[in-house]
Amino acid sequence: MERDIAMTTQPATRRAAQSHIEAVRLESPFHPRFAALSQQNDWYSWAGYKAPHSLWDEEMEYFAIRSQTAVFDISPMVKYRIEGPGAEAFCNRLTLRNVAKLKPGKVQYTAWCDDEGHVLDDGTLFRLSASRFRLCCQERHLPWLLDSAIGFDVTVREETEEVAGLAVQGPTSCAVLKDAGLAGVETMKPFDIRVFPFGAGEVTVSRTGFTGDLGYELFIDAASALPLWDHLFAAGKLRGIRAIGYTALNRARIETGFIVANADFVTAEHAVRADRVRMPDEIGLDWMVDLDKPYFNGRRAIERARREGTLKHVLVGLEIEGNVPAEHAIVYHRKTKEAGLVTAAIWSPTGKRNIAIASLERPYGTRIVDDLWVEIYALRELRYQKLMKRAKIVERPFVKLARRTLTPPGDF
Amino acid sequence: MKTWDAIVIGAGHNGLVNACYLQRAGLDVLVVEKNDWIGGAATSRELTPGWLYSNCSYVCSLFRPEIMRDLELPRFGLQVIPYEGGAVFTQDGDYLASYRDHDAHRREFARWSPRDAEAYERYARDVTRQCRFIQPLLMRTAPDPASLRPRDLGELLYLGRKFGELTPSEMALTLRFWTMSISDFLDEYFETPVIKANLALSGIIGTALGPMSPGTAYVLLHHYMGEVDGSVGAWGYARGGMGAVTKALADSFVASGGTIRTGAGVDHVAVKNGRATGVVLASGEEISGKLVISNADVKRTFLKLVEEKELPEPFLRRVRNFKIRGSSGKVNIALDSMPEFPALPKDSPCLKGDMHFTDTVERMERGYDDWKEGRFSRDPFLDMVLPTTLDPTMAPAGKHFMSCFVQYAPPKIDGRDWTDADRDAFAETVISQIADYSPGFRDRIVHMEVRTPREIEAEVGLTEGNIFQGELTFDQLLFNRPVPGYAQYRSPVGGLYMCGSSTHPGGGVMGAPGRNAAAEILRDLKRPNRQMSDAHDVI
Repeated sequence: MERDIAMTTQPATRRAAQSHIEAVRLESPFHPRFAALSQQNDWYSWAGYKAPHSLWDEEMEYFAIRSQTAVFDISPMVKYRIEGPGAEAFCNRLTLRNVAKLKPGKVQYTAWCDDEGHVLDDGTLFRLSASRFRLCCQERHLPWLLDSAIGFDVTVREETEEVAGLAVQGPTSCAVLKDAGLAGVETMKPFDIRVFPFGAGEVTVSRTGFTGDLGYELFIDAASALPLWDHLFAAGKLRGIRAIGYTALNRARIETGFIVANADFVTAEHAVRADRVRMPDEIGLDWMVDLDKPYFNGRRAIERARREGTLKHVLVGLEIEGNVPAEHAIVYHRKTKEAGLVTAAIWSPTGKRNIAIASLERPYGTRIVDDLWVEIYALRELRYQKLMKRAKIVERPFVKLARRTLTPPGDF
Repeated sequence: MKTWDAIVIGAGHNGLVNACYLQRAGLDVLVVEKNDWIGGAATSRELTPGWLYSNCSYVCSLFRPEIMRDLELPRFGLQVIPYEGGAVFTQDGDYLASYRDHDAHRREFARWSPRDAEAYERYARDVTRQCRFIQPLLMRTAPDPASLRPRDLGELLYLGRKFGELTPSEMALTLRFWTMSISDFLDEYFETPVIKANLALSGIIGTALGPMSPGTAYVLLHHYMGEVDGSVGAWGYARGGMGAVTKALADSFVASGGTIRTGAGVDHVAVKNGRATGVVLASGEEISGKLVISNADVKRTFLKLVEEKELPEPFLRRVRNFKIRGSSGKVNIALDSMPEFPALPKDSPCLKGDMHFTDTVERMERGYDDWKEGRFSRDPFLDMVLPTTLDPTMAPAGKHFMSCFVQYAPPKIDGRDWTDADRDAFAETVISQIADYSPGFRDRIVHMEVRTPREIEAEVGLTEGNIFQGELTFDQLLFNRPVPGYAQYRSPVGGLYMCGSSTHPGGGVMGAPGRNAAAEILRDLKRPNRQMSDAHDVI
């Protein structure tokens, strides 16, 4: 079936949008609240949005995630609406996991590849109804999605700016949402989606997050963003609700061993150097690849690479001796042979150990797993202190919290 | 009579780059220039009091930073300021802007098509990959594929290895890039006419081809290979106009002991027993030199400055067949105030960059149709800049210099020479196009210089007024530039070398031909070449 995939806008729409250049950094629908809370004024650009690195104290913001309720703005995350009778078949063709097994009201963490089996991005696929999905991710893929949709009875639309999102994460997050009137939220299991009435409209809640803690993600029409915020913060006052920036969130995600596109791997459509791309098996996503489902993009290439043993890299979790974070350090075998690179590293406040995510060149990390070292260049008062520290491959997540999956969660 | 170690014909940027390197290597070098000023096609001239005109080349990107550093050009005053924006005006009163901020640029594309906005990343990746493949070739002598000399074999191997490093899909893209039309290439990424028109312009500038002609995709790459301080693909203004580039080169040359003579046009190259012995000026004066290096284009050099009997027939035939077709002109304007473009927001960064009025590829192609029929385009393509928005040195405060590159303009009108009336009519197509988008524009004009291919050839010496000294189509690149067997800056006449844009890697104010020629000359002289640094790594 030939489809018209042109997206050209109408003249009135594009004229109205001319003024976008007056504010080069977009402000999220929640920005007025973040701006009011920001003592640091430490903003960075997340996909063109003004986003906080830290609001008041990145250390305390981290502990808000692990002890109370932390609120992180996920509105800048790129969102696509995929809708139509053919939406399930389309998503199944697009992504690695079996979407036929994804029931309405559930979320899948998934990834998708080009024809060469290289990962285009990872993200979360929300099945909002039998025929309606939302794909949330880091990078932009509209041409890929539109072209892939040819032959499927489905429409694809980018809706990043229309939908506001908040991650509400931490041990008291369920209690906060309950206090906010989301009746029955405590019965939601991980990866469940539920819609709750809010004001004249509704808020869509999923039990998902990027912290490895108990947590939820809330999605709402951009116009209702501020009332939702005010309602949540009023309800959460006694439960220690606090807004946080990316630095704190990043610590929590490294503890959980989650990967970030274009930080821990390079996405296929952005790699200027063709050898920098990665297959799912090379970034720890091999478990997603479902060979029992019908054909999906990249399948043949993935199967061939597995069969012929041509996979070049592997992503591992490392525990490194000492307490100096090994960010972007080179990983060596026997202290001499280069074996890979650390892509993210921190001292884990919750795990009380020095952890890292690393991309190794096979057979290091697969066949050869012993005698690994990292060379850390610690800049201390205008001198590099070069440290050669032993690194051990360990399981991810580095920090595993029972409350993440416990249902119903504890009422703190 | 003094015998110079080397005489360089023409004080254009490549001639001066060449002369600088030779002088710094210890040769005693003379540059002879026919005009009373230096610069060739990179000049700043005060054509009306108070205004400096970049009256030929007008913006800078391709000039190699390795050369700037080797020849200490910053010490001699060279500064390049990047564009702040850019725009194509559309006929319905809107525009498509180019913004430096990545996300603002995406949102601007999204105004026209959300799909194209997100397709830009894929396009930018592919173009960047191709630039990275070609960039290292700019500063290397092209190998002679028919030669068995170790150096040629080594260079061929380098080329082969670089190609071999590409993935199969990149190899396919490379071959397509070198052969496709820019229009077909852009159709594979984008759907919006004005977005395609904006990106296509780099595929036709300086080229006697239309956006639908095969080979124009490569011309786009050629324009993307430059940089401003490591920002690849960026274009900028030389502070003080493009003459600042050649002035810095000339000052560097003179500071290292070189000699420049202006008003010294060469009548012919003196040749004895198949070897160049010097030059004879138009005045009849003979100057003796052990080597002669021509910065003039290959046609002018071998069809006008060297007697035919000194050249082998196949070489001469190929030089005659070399494509160096005139395709463009210039209109340079002094303005007594900043022109207004009501379509743009007030103080838009677009005013501080390149502006265009051709909003579809089809309009561009129709402009080319006129050229094919021997006329200038009735609806020309303009590349219009106002350098004075970022460079206060080119006009009095509050006044502006505007440079309009105009395409297409044929070397002859209906087979006959241009007349003054033709030139005036040509200028009117430009002024009326601008005035359509800028009310009151005509009233701001203080002075205007109009240059058709006739003026460019007569003044600068570029055959047919071709700005690249020969078209940048794949049949005239690498070891085929300018002609097979003579792509390494040497000629059939002993001691006579070429260093202009007719040679590898081609035109634009790049300096690479002049530098590479100097490397070959010093190699022939078996002299050490310690002043020349290697090309920057592409990592």
